Amino acid sequence: MVYAAHFIATILACYLTARILTHPGWPGQAWAWQSPRAAIVCWQAVGLAIGLSAIGLPLSLGLASYDVPTGTALRRFVTDLFGGALPATVGPGQLVLIALGATIAALLLGATTRSVLSTVRAQRRHRDLLALVARDDPAAPGALVLDHPSAAAYCLPGVRPQVVVSAGTLRLLDGAELAAVLSHERAHADERHDLVLLPFTALCRALPWARWVHTAYERVALLVEMRADDRARRLHADGPLAAALLRFATAPARVTPAGALGIATPPRCRAAASDGALGIADTHLDARVQRLLAPGRPPRLRVAAALGMAALLVSLPISLFLG
Amino acid sequence: MTRLGDLERAVMDVLWDRSPAGGLTVREVAEALEERDLAYTTVMTVLDRLAGKDMVEREREGRAWRYRPAATREAYVAQLMLDALDLAGEVEPDGRSRRSLRRDAALVRFARSVTGTEAEVLRAALADEARDRQG
Repeated sequence: MVYAAHFIATILACYLTARILTHPGWPGQAWAWQSPRAAIVCWQAVGLAIGLSAIGLPLSLGLASYDVPTGTALRRFVTDLFGGALPATVGPGQLVLIALGATIAALLLGATTRSVLSTVRAQRRHRDLLALVARDDPAAPGALVLDHPSAAAYCLPGVRPQVVVSAGTLRLLDGAELAAVLSHERAHADERHDLVLLPFTALCRALPWARWVHTAYERVALLVEMRADDRARRLHADGPLAAALLRFATAPARVTPAGALGIATPPRCRAAASDGALGIADTHLDARVQRLLAPGRPPRLRVAAALGMAALLVSLPISLFLG
Repeated sequence: MTRLGDLERAVMDVLWDRSPAGGLTVREVAEALEERDLAYTTVMTVLDRLAGKDMVEREREGRAWRYRPAATREAYVAQLMLDALDLAGEVEPDGRSRRSLRRDAALVRFARSVTGTEAEVLRAALADEARDRQG
């Protein structure tokens, strides 16, 4: 039972950490925004620890009678199972719990695998299309340019990452702003922020009905943007990046290039406000701009405390599985 | 860009810019790329690869294949922009939103600035394109 209690304690600690990092008005959020990298590490620890504990809790309950750490108990159980001599203390109830743990493990692994596969497929298709229609432009060194009047700037991550901007972006931004945006995108590529987000996209896939998973995803996505902003502001002044963000936020929709799309008149307007996702993007933009305009140095002590917390969160369940 | 990627692009440019409605044969594509001095089999390989990626469609005519772009250049740009603006697959054909299901971070974006209208227009462009192909 003591091992089950460990897993429950880990889940509670994860919940508390997530709560501290997201609760509006608590200092945790302000701190996370000051030091996005440490906050991202915390979130990774929370994600990993929650996943392991969700597997470990039913397992440890089912294997309680072995009275050894869950990893060792699991190995003994497997040996007993295939040896055909299960101890009398492992009844149907225990077997159901063990099966539950195994099912959760399979679900999480399956969701991660499917997430990786569909991402890789989408990226390959995107890369193939880019190779056919995007062009180099001296105005955006190191990036590909898509001939489209809307503003877009993004990074296609992978082993050979590719930064892409639209022609609309080139028109929208001046030289310093564009340079800041390109640095921001290169930071995403260098630090493999796609992999940082992957566990959370997998969780969203495994538990599509769980709102807290989507909240966690949004938080990490925002922190990743802030981290890339930090990398960009190291190379450029804060001003151009904030200006670029504001220009993006207020860019007018220009989606009918001279007859290219074959549309005479744009279709009827749909209320943009009804799209909740855009609302989220808006608050994200606001937070990022505020942050760039009022920079603060991350307090080292709190960063160290957060990293310590992250290490503790992960080591609890891992030690039980390895023990 | 790899040499093969470069060739694929050159071949697509020929198909987009010079293709009559019926499409072009391998020989016609090779002739259009005369200045590159490509072997017939090279052009055929490139077209094969493009067909494998669903970038071109082909139709048998007598003993030769005729190749056509699967979509216009503008439609591909529109597809990429839908990806870039995180709108692809946001709405099912029956209008049901499935944003909650679509969380795979294939791209990392600078900022989303798109309005509802913009999304509509991009989607309409793709729908028109599909209709033109069928009609």
